[in-house]
Amino acid sequence: MSPAIFVLVAIGLGLVGWLAARSRAWAFASNEGARLHSLPNYHGWYVAMWAFVPAVIFALVWNAVSPNLVMQAVLSDPAAAKLPEFGITRDTVLAEAMAVASGSAQGVFNPLARELVEPARNAMRLYSIIGLVVTVLVGFAAGVFAFTRLRPDFTARTRVERGVMLGLLVASLVAILTTFGIVASLLFETIRFFGMVNPIDFLFGTQWSPNPMGDPAFTNSEDYGALPLFWGTIYIGAIIAMIVAIPLGLMSAVYLTQYANPTFRKWMKPILEILAGVPTVVYGYFAALTVAPFIRDVARSVGIASASSESAIAAGLVMGVMIIPFVSSMADDSIAAVPSAMRDGSLAMGATKSETIRKVLIPAALPGIVAGVMLAISRAIGETMIVVMAAGAAANLTGNPFESMTTVTYQIVAMLTGEGSFDHPATLSAFALGMVLFIVTLALNFFALRVVKRYREAYE
Amino acid sequence: MNNPELEGQVAGFSDAGPAKISANKVSVFYGEKKAIDEVSIDIHTKYVTAFIGPSGCGKSTFLRTLNRMNDTIPSARVDGEILLDGEDIYRSKMDVVQLRARVGMVFQKPNPFPKSIYDNIAYGPKIHGLAESKSDLDGIVEQSLQRAGLWDEVKDRLSDSGTALSGGQQQRLCIARAIAVDPEVILMDEPCSALDPIATARIEELIDELRGRYAIVIVTHSMQQAARVSQRTAFFHLGNLVEYGRTSDIFTNPREERTKDYITGRYG
Repeated sequence: MSPAIFVLVAIGLGLVGWLAARSRAWAFASNEGARLHSLPNYHGWYVAMWAFVPAVIFALVWNAVSPNLVMQAVLSDPAAAKLPEFGITRDTVLAEAMAVASGSAQGVFNPLARELVEPARNAMRLYSIIGLVVTVLVGFAAGVFAFTRLRPDFTARTRVERGVMLGLLVASLVAILTTFGIVASLLFETIRFFGMVNPIDFLFGTQWSPNPMGDPAFTNSEDYGALPLFWGTIYIGAIIAMIVAIPLGLMSAVYLTQYANPTFRKWMKPILEILAGVPTVVYGYFAALTVAPFIRDVARSVGIASASSESAIAAGLVMGVMIIPFVSSMADDSIAAVPSAMRDGSLAMGATKSETIRKVLIPAALPGIVAGVMLAISRAIGETMIVVMAAGAAANLTGNPFESMTTVTYQIVAMLTGEGSFDHPATLSAFALGMVLFIVTLALNFFALRVVKRYREAYE
Repeated sequence: MNNPELEGQVAGFSDAGPAKISANKVSVFYGEKKAIDEVSIDIHTKYVTAFIGPSGCGKSTFLRTLNRMNDTIPSARVDGEILLDGEDIYRSKMDVVQLRARVGMVFQKPNPFPKSIYDNIAYGPKIHGLAESKSDLDGIVEQSLQRAGLWDEVKDRLSDSGTALSGGQQQRLCIARAIAVDPEVILMDEPCSALDPIATARIEELIDELRGRYAIVIVTHSMQQAARVSQRTAFFHLGNLVEYGRTSDIFTNPREERTKDYITGRYG
């Protein structure tokens, strides 16, 4: 029985509770002439919450627990005695039986599994009926409990508000807890990786040549030197891309806030912000099919023989263009947030518009601009599609932008989608790389937000 | 204002010499709306001229036309002529950079730049190229701060941020900043409205000290302040200049009924 039915049942209980409580509250008001503390709707919502929430919580718990109960029931069946003791065969047979019993598979390969289908189906039916009945009971009991508390002077409104607040709190915790979960799983795999590869070699080694097909027992730490990856990431994301994005973004922000007429600004700003929403894979095409060959041809024609068709500069340039809206939007906001009194003060001193911008507005907006740039960098170094399509796979530790380079994100993709088994150090290295990337972007964002905060305090 | 009596009275400032600023039938429009209606007025060096009137009467708008600060508002348009030493500031070759170096401004809310005290003062001299060397600049900074009566309070912390000063000190810093470029006229737009009475008294003293050197125009909501600091008072109402004359005359013996009503507190 699907979880949707449990939720529908809970919603039904809530609805009944809502209607009953509301009419009860109406009755207080009309029959007994009492003055209600809260509107009847609030009484309704109060009981509905009580009927719905515990029922759903129980249903969730039941859904997590019942497969184990079913499994126990199946194992206690006489037919289960014929199962092999341990190992993969046992699990496979059980899984097959479960799949057939729940209707998600048609036939079985293993004859043993066929014998177990019937007990499994019975157990499933039994436990889902138990679950449904208990869900209804829990919802009903909680609803009745709430219903009996209704009085004319019952503070239903306050309680509903508190319930809403709790709901919002849970919603906000989901994202945070998920992040913690991701970090924990990254951390776990990273530790496994560092069990096989020396962290020092990983962080400071200059040779990146993991062999996903090699024997894990003979892992050579020196093949996992990620320095060329870190360098490629920084060179493409934080240097080339920023050389493009910072001046262009800043200048477009200055133009939009200080020079553009309001109509132009009204159109231009959203358009620029829409650019931030273009899927990065589109930029990737552009980088790989248009920019990279063009740069290679130009570089070769001026005599740079090493120019590759997958080059750091192609990826960096396109990434820079992609980042412009971020820089420009943050810079725009922080320049616009400089009090106009500053601008007037400077203009009244006889400063020209550009002097005012250079000497007063940009210095005053600098913390916001810096924060925007840092957020842009953290976005650029985490960017994957453009580098996958345009930067190449060769781990070169070089300063020549016309050569192919690879980045952390590219290698994460390559290692995880590679042919190595899941516990091979080459695959696990993706997690260590991800961890490094996570720590760096987290630090950048943290620093950027602190700068923004301090900047806000300066004018409030 | 085409009031023959008034013209006679303005011309009657026989002790004042030629006008520093002479506005002639100046009208200001914000889009279609007329904010100032044909105002004519002469402003003289060594006098403090106060603009008084109820909120929205156009006194600040008019003040801002005198150094073309209304240019920053795209919809604003100015008709008529404003002469600075006989030269039309809207139509001659004089550009706003030169104009504003000669006609400085102090705003309602102190607005020091988020830079050091020193850099706040040095800002104007630097952009106008007034100092040839670091020691020149030091001299200008010290002199300006001294004239603004702030030197003794800040001389040991010139590198502190201008925004760290108290409100009254910030406003004196802004005055020092304005006089650092050696202007001829200083416009003050309600310079004390954000300050407490003690800081206000300090600024008023300062205005009186500065009067000997500059033409000062001050917009104020406080009639007591106008009476205390100014020698000439102009009363604005609904975009018109109702009456302009010696401060003592305006407050003791106004010619116009509306002026009398306003200064006696009947409206506004």
